[in-house]
Amino acid sequence: MSGNADSPAGMPNVPAGSGQEPRPVLEVRNLVTEFATRRGVFRAVDDVTLSLYPGRTLCVVGESGSGKSVTARSILQIVDPPGRVASGQVLLHRHLTARGRGAENTVDLVSLDPRSSAIRAIRGRDVAMIFQEPMSSLSPVHRIGDQVGEVIRLHEHVSKREARDRTIELLRKVEIPRPEVAIDRYPFEYSGGMRQRAVIAMALACNPAVLIADEPTTALDVTIQAEILALIRQLQRDSDMAVMFITHDMGVVAEIADDIAVMRFGKMVERGDVFSIFEKPQHDYTRHLLNAVRELDRPSERRLAMRAKASPGAPILVMSDMRKEFPFSTGFLGLKHDSIVAVEDASLALKAGENLGIVGESGSGKTTLGRCLQRVHPVTSGRILYTDRHGKTIDLAPLTDNQLKEPWRDIRMVFQDPFSSLNPRMTVGQIIGEPLLVNGSLSGAGLRARVAELLGLVGLPASAAERYPHAFSGGQRQRISIARAIAPDPRIIIADEASSALDVSLRTQILDLMLDLQERLDLSFIFISHDIAVIRYFCDRIAVMHRGRIVETGDTETVCSNPQHAYTQSLLSAVPVADPRRRGMTHRFRYREP
Amino acid sequence: MLITYIIRRILWSVPFLFVVSLIAFALIQAPPGDYLTTFAATLAQSGDVVDQERLELLRERYGLDQPFIVQYWKWISGVLVGDFGISFEWQQPVSNLIWERMALSVTLATSTLLFTWAVAFPIGVYSAVKKYTLGDYVITAVGFIGLAMPSFLVALVLMYIAVVFFGTDVSGLFSEEFEKAPWSLAKIGDLLSHLWLPVVILGLGSTASLTRIMRANLLDELHKPYVTTARAKGLSELRLILKYPVRMALNPFVSTLGWAFPQLISGAVITAFVLSLPTSGPLLLQALLAQDMYLAGAFILLLCCLSVVGMLVSDILLAVIDPRIRYR
Repeated sequence: MSGNADSPAGMPNVPAGSGQEPRPVLEVRNLVTEFATRRGVFRAVDDVTLSLYPGRTLCVVGESGSGKSVTARSILQIVDPPGRVASGQVLLHRHLTARGRGAENTVDLVSLDPRSSAIRAIRGRDVAMIFQEPMSSLSPVHRIGDQVGEVIRLHEHVSKREARDRTIELLRKVEIPRPEVAIDRYPFEYSGGMRQRAVIAMALACNPAVLIADEPTTALDVTIQAEILALIRQLQRDSDMAVMFITHDMGVVAEIADDIAVMRFGKMVERGDVFSIFEKPQHDYTRHLLNAVRELDRPSERRLAMRAKASPGAPILVMSDMRKEFPFSTGFLGLKHDSIVAVEDASLALKAGENLGIVGESGSGKTTLGRCLQRVHPVTSGRILYTDRHGKTIDLAPLTDNQLKEPWRDIRMVFQDPFSSLNPRMTVGQIIGEPLLVNGSLSGAGLRARVAELLGLVGLPASAAERYPHAFSGGQRQRISIARAIAPDPRIIIADEASSALDVSLRTQILDLMLDLQERLDLSFIFISHDIAVIRYFCDRIAVMHRGRIVETGDTETVCSNPQHAYTQSLLSAVPVADPRRRGMTHRFRYREP
Repeated sequence: MLITYIIRRILWSVPFLFVVSLIAFALIQAPPGDYLTTFAATLAQSGDVVDQERLELLRERYGLDQPFIVQYWKWISGVLVGDFGISFEWQQPVSNLIWERMALSVTLATSTLLFTWAVAFPIGVYSAVKKYTLGDYVITAVGFIGLAMPSFLVALVLMYIAVVFFGTDVSGLFSEEFEKAPWSLAKIGDLLSHLWLPVVILGLGSTASLTRIMRANLLDELHKPYVTTARAKGLSELRLILKYPVRMALNPFVSTLGWAFPQLISGAVITAFVLSLPTSGPLLLQALLAQDMYLAGAFILLLCCLSVVGMLVSDILLAVIDPRIRYR
């Protein structure tokens, strides 16, 4: 290595042969991608320039709508219509790839027709892509082996037999257990993490020089995310691949990035190597992103101050030995009955004025637990004791829907997806006013005044009442959901992943809003989430769930800093920390059920 | 897995068929009176006097005075061994009357279904892939006309055109010389040359609706992530569309088999009258009007069986093309 080899901004024009400097294998220059809409042309990608180097990972960061996914798709020209690459260059230096023979061979992908065989020969062979949703990025009706092997058969002239052998080899490489059996399975027989492994195997089938990964771990649990990230890292090391990794999670970035590009509104606002971005961010937006993440990594000061003023009171919702089973039919004629246990004899207590967090991975039963607590699901056994505002304690478990009307006014729910939890055909005013109307407590002018008051409480203008949900952004919609939840003046809010669908910078805003409402309206929260950082910020106490059991409960800080149960330890060790100097995930360990 | 699924489905259809036969029999019995009252009324109309004793005698002979459940048992136990009873009106075994007509009905329905699929599938795919182009608009317009036109009207128009402009006789399924002739290759050829017109007429409406179904299904699938994934692999556009989204869009297409088949058989009655086709529809109508209980019962039971078989075939096909169904 010569002296200037460390400069990652290496010159692309160094003649071949003297190449000691890292030279990019793929360069994107002044890329512009436009979407023609009724209201004119929208530039989703605006003058983006970036370079990918062999063996290095470039993380493209940005919030939703920043154009990072479109950039990735523009490289291979697979933007869905009406999107179109308008100008710029995407230079693939094929002579620098492992397959190249040294002779200068540079292709400008933008100049190729998106349907031409020339670009099809590059897709999947030189440049491969992994997508976000492992559930939907595989066809559900084709066998895994068919979908993975297809890439090999498409780009290389090999026999069926040989393609199959290589597919098995690939599946083994991505650590899918028993690959010779797994190859003939369908995607729905795989778990989420396994599917993403299969997608990675598909991308790696032809040893691509460039791997573009579009949020490949966003839909996965943290422990699985950690495994997938480690896998990508290791495969990259083995084959000296250039990786472009798109994510919105600064923790993941800190964990795997060599270089970072920050995008906002289709433009690239800053780029540099991982340490300079994390330690000396130049652009305001980068600083804002980093602050939002770091803020979430510790308890909210607002909350600590509130608790210092008034500590939580007596328990108002006590669940003891609650069990929830879902029955289903089985057997040859579907006449036998069996059941799966979603929540196994769980006990919890929520105190007045307290925020209780329930954390767990997908399928751990945390959502079911929340719904049982509100008694929208009937429970199989156990008791749920609710103490109402007059001090009367009732057991919610055996009540009928009719008898539950009263408690349902006091215990309200906020859901994860701000897009599907609001009826698109009702105005915001109707949505927020509905619980009051159903109660029969208010109508006409009184209702309108109350809706305006509620909108004010969640920080929206009163004029919002006349509009429909589609006119609002994700964060605003979540505010509407919260306004609906607090409408009948409740005492307990169960928030099921209420901040998960939002961008980081919005998350703190929503959490702060909920703290604000807690202080003003005397609320208690049960906050269900898979995100430890959010729980740490918002919750006083925490319950960790694993496979339907509560494995650990305690003060949030105690549990986070000194976890007792092995599962909690493994969960915490898998959470990426937003600090590139503390890459801890390599020290993580997997939890095995005793 | 697939075998157990099929066996399970077949076993489930047995109790289903039993209930269907019970309901069919009850429905035939539902109108007041029986065949003999209708018979007497017809005779009275033409001035004949029927003496009550003879009627009672006949009633006893046919077992019409017995309770419902006994009559049902007599009928169904016969059906199980292949004896459908005697038609009162025609005075011959029901099985002599229905088999040929049923066979022609099924042939007609099957050919119509095949025609419908063969036409609707490519047009639907084209219309989805080329959404909002001239071709799509033309197909949509023609499709709506096809949907809106009652098939007997189409039949009349086409018959008029055929007779006036081409001078050919298009009614029936056979030429005169073959009508009573025994089955032979020549007769089959004659059948085929007559079959296309009713097939086109009957298939028009369902072709139009299936095209729309295919288009809508495929439009839902075309922008799914797995299509983008396949594109990123480097598959060519045609292969990609046929292998992935079309395969997914096929599911609702196949399930149409379940309802399209019985609908084609029972819905063809008017057209069959207009074109004077020797299929089951006209005979069934006559049998129902005359309260010819065993004949009508046999027809209805067979139609129900066909529906059940159609459903079964479509379910099995679905399980074959969609592994998620057979593993559930």
